Amino acid sequence: MGLKDGQENPVAPGAVVPGARDVGERYPLQAPLGRSGDPDVDALGGAVTITKAEALVAWGRKNSLWPIPFGTACCAIEFMGTVSSVFDLSRFGAEVVRFSPRQADLMIVSGTITYKMGPILKRIYDQMCEPRYVISMGVCASSGGFYDNYCTLQGIDKIIPVDYYIAGCPPRPEAVLQAVVELQNRLQRTGA
Amino acid sequence: MTTTTTTPSTVDLTKLRNKIQGGILEESTLPPMPCVRVKREALLETLEFLRNDPEYRMHQLKEITVVDGLYLRESERFELVYLLHNLDTQKRVAVKCRVEEDDAHVPSINHLWRAANWGEREAFDQYGVKFDNHPNLKRILNHHEFVGHPLRKDYNIFRGHWCSEAETLLDELELRRKMFPERIADADHDPGETMILNIGPSHPASHGTLRNLVELDGETVLYCVQEIGYLHRGFEKSAETHEYNQVVPYTDRLNYCSAISNNVGYVKAVEELCGIEIPPRNQAIRVIMCELSRIMDHLVCNAANIVDLGALTNFWYLFNLREKIYNVIEGVTGARLTNSYARVGSLWADITPDFIEQVRGLLAEIPQHVDDTMKLVARNRIFIDRTVGIGKISPDDAIAYGYTGLCLRATGYEHDLRKAQPYYGYDQYDFEIPVGHQGDTYDRIMCRFEEIKQSARIVEQALDSLPDGPYRADHPMAYLPDKQTRTYANIEGLVNHFKIVMHGIQPPKGEVYSWTETPNGELGFYIVSDGGMKPYKCKVRPPCFYLYSSFPDLVEGQMVADVIAVLGSLNIVAGELDR
Ligand code: SF4
Repeated sequence: MGLKDGQENPVAPGAVVPGARDVGERYPLQAPLGRSGDPDVDALGGAVTITKAEALVAWGRKNSLWPIPFGTACCAIEFMGTVSSVFDLSRFGAEVVRFSPRQADLMIVSGTITYKMGPILKRIYDQMCEPRYVISMGVCASSGGFYDNYCTLQGIDKIIPVDYYIAGCPPRPEAVLQAVVELQNRLQRTGA
Repeated sequence: MTTTTTTPSTVDLTKLRNKIQGGILEESTLPPMPCVRVKREALLETLEFLRNDPEYRMHQLKEITVVDGLYLRESERFELVYLLHNLDTQKRVAVKCRVEEDDAHVPSINHLWRAANWGEREAFDQYGVKFDNHPNLKRILNHHEFVGHPLRKDYNIFRGHWCSEAETLLDELELRRKMFPERIADADHDPGETMILNIGPSHPASHGTLRNLVELDGETVLYCVQEIGYLHRGFEKSAETHEYNQVVPYTDRLNYCSAISNNVGYVKAVEELCGIEIPPRNQAIRVIMCELSRIMDHLVCNAANIVDLGALTNFWYLFNLREKIYNVIEGVTGARLTNSYARVGSLWADITPDFIEQVRGLLAEIPQHVDDTMKLVARNRIFIDRTVGIGKISPDDAIAYGYTGLCLRATGYEHDLRKAQPYYGYDQYDFEIPVGHQGDTYDRIMCRFEEIKQSARIVEQALDSLPDGPYRADHPMAYLPDKQTRTYANIEGLVNHFKIVMHGIQPPKGEVYSWTETPNGELGFYIVSDGGMKPYKCKVRPPCFYLYSSFPDLVEGQMVADVIAVLGSLNIVAGELDR
């Protein structure tokens, strides 16, 4: 059940993700050495870090993004370039590419999404476990690109929420890396 | 250097004339081939005669398409165009037939050429022309909830239709069961106990956009049906709303693994339409770029194919080489993947001074990368067991399905347009065409590896003999005149500048079918011009459309894991398949 023409988009682009809180600032993960305030901990000489559970979870999320590539077109070839040895997404800790939505929390939509593909994209997104994030790679996924015509969906944000948009047709691999890093920074900062 | 325009194929049509007598309405040419327009009543007979008569033996149907004549003539709105090809003699013939809008149907020729099955479905989907007695006349590129026929001239390009859910495809499976009832009768499992499995479109090995539904008896595939169109991006409609040179970026995204081949294929067609001769330097640069693209395409195809078989290391080996080629091509074209390098009668820019040096460096590295990979797979038991004899097709079947290019050669039938109908001086380069033995997955993979080496040979020779001189054609439509010496100097220069800025390229009225040998096979462009600045119609003949239509025949009877292996070896690129 895609949206009908004219129907409101459930999650507007750039909207604050529900539940996002600024945990990182209040509870920095790494307590400065020797200033935890607890003499027992300080006695251990920094081998122990005190933090809040939320911040720990945020840290874990940040460093264990498992992407599912929803690659349909030319951008998918650049995504292949991003994960292969020259650009190497694994340097940023997000290389466990999983093709099952149930094992992934970051969907990278790379390629044109047509109306025909719409229901499939929605279904795959729905199958992902929360919390889940979406990066829209390339102008096609973001806005339909130069395919402004009868068969191309004018942006995936008409059917699923998007966290980061990457410009370019196709974006360079560096741009994809930047989007992943930005997402990681946000996770660290806000925990979601 | 040879001339750039394709030599017309001369076919003596006397015999056909005698046979069809009253049925032929008009004889003309669809450059570069002769063309006959027949009455609908005589269409089937004409096509059958052209196929079976020993003098013509048109064993391949290249393309079926429709021209919507809404703005061209008063009556008989739809004109069907059939392009036929004899692969042995290289003779080609076009057959046309006009029908009225309210009576838009013609007999199906599905029983003559298997390639007609999908071709007719596409014509029905895009134009609404019906084909009588077609076994399964349903939409193919657009989804099942689509209303109208988008390539009709009166269809608004922006009118999209939401699709609420995917089709079940069970109706097509039922058709397939009816076609081969013995398979289910011989199966180990009873009819109710077989398993129906959906593969794709969101599946890593189905390239993100191909969908198959298979019925399994244990692990053996009994029936397979396909659905395509998930990446139908409206290339042809978009081309009709853009100026000739503006279409070039769209062609990049057909076969995006080798974008420049598509650019060149398209501009070659427009040049033939306008009668522009490109200079030798341009031809040689196009050859170099196309062959580098061929190498890149084969690299990514084999890399992905072998990954699908479970061997990941090859992917890194082959993709590294691809990255190196990217870097060199980027230096000239400014883009890694979607290069948009060719222009009508010209190129985006001449090659850079250090390009030749860099390409030579690349050529030195290619054998190393290929050999590294071959060491891992060539004598690997798993690889051989999973590829040899899997997904076989005979040359006759392949031709009937419309196979061209590498997949046809893998069956053992030697046919390469670079040799058979050379263009851009391919006849001056010394290279071989690898052919396979039995048209299985193994042959296709190995032919690709061999073609990489042969393409490298061509590039080397082209570099050695790269002519100096201008890279742009001496033609008013090929480039903006120089400001100081022409635009501001004389009135012709000024008018030329004005014309090209305001009106762009305006080919004379007419039509053309032009082909090139791309990594996947014969990429054809059929362009109709009404004299305006945009193509009236721009139809692509995508090689993998026809390759993929044979897929059920390749995988039925094999194991389910082989579906993946075979799919990868055909190199189906969705952008080209669905356009
Ligand atoms: S953004 Fe460009 S490169 Fe990416 S899928 Fe769209 S057309 Fe292809």
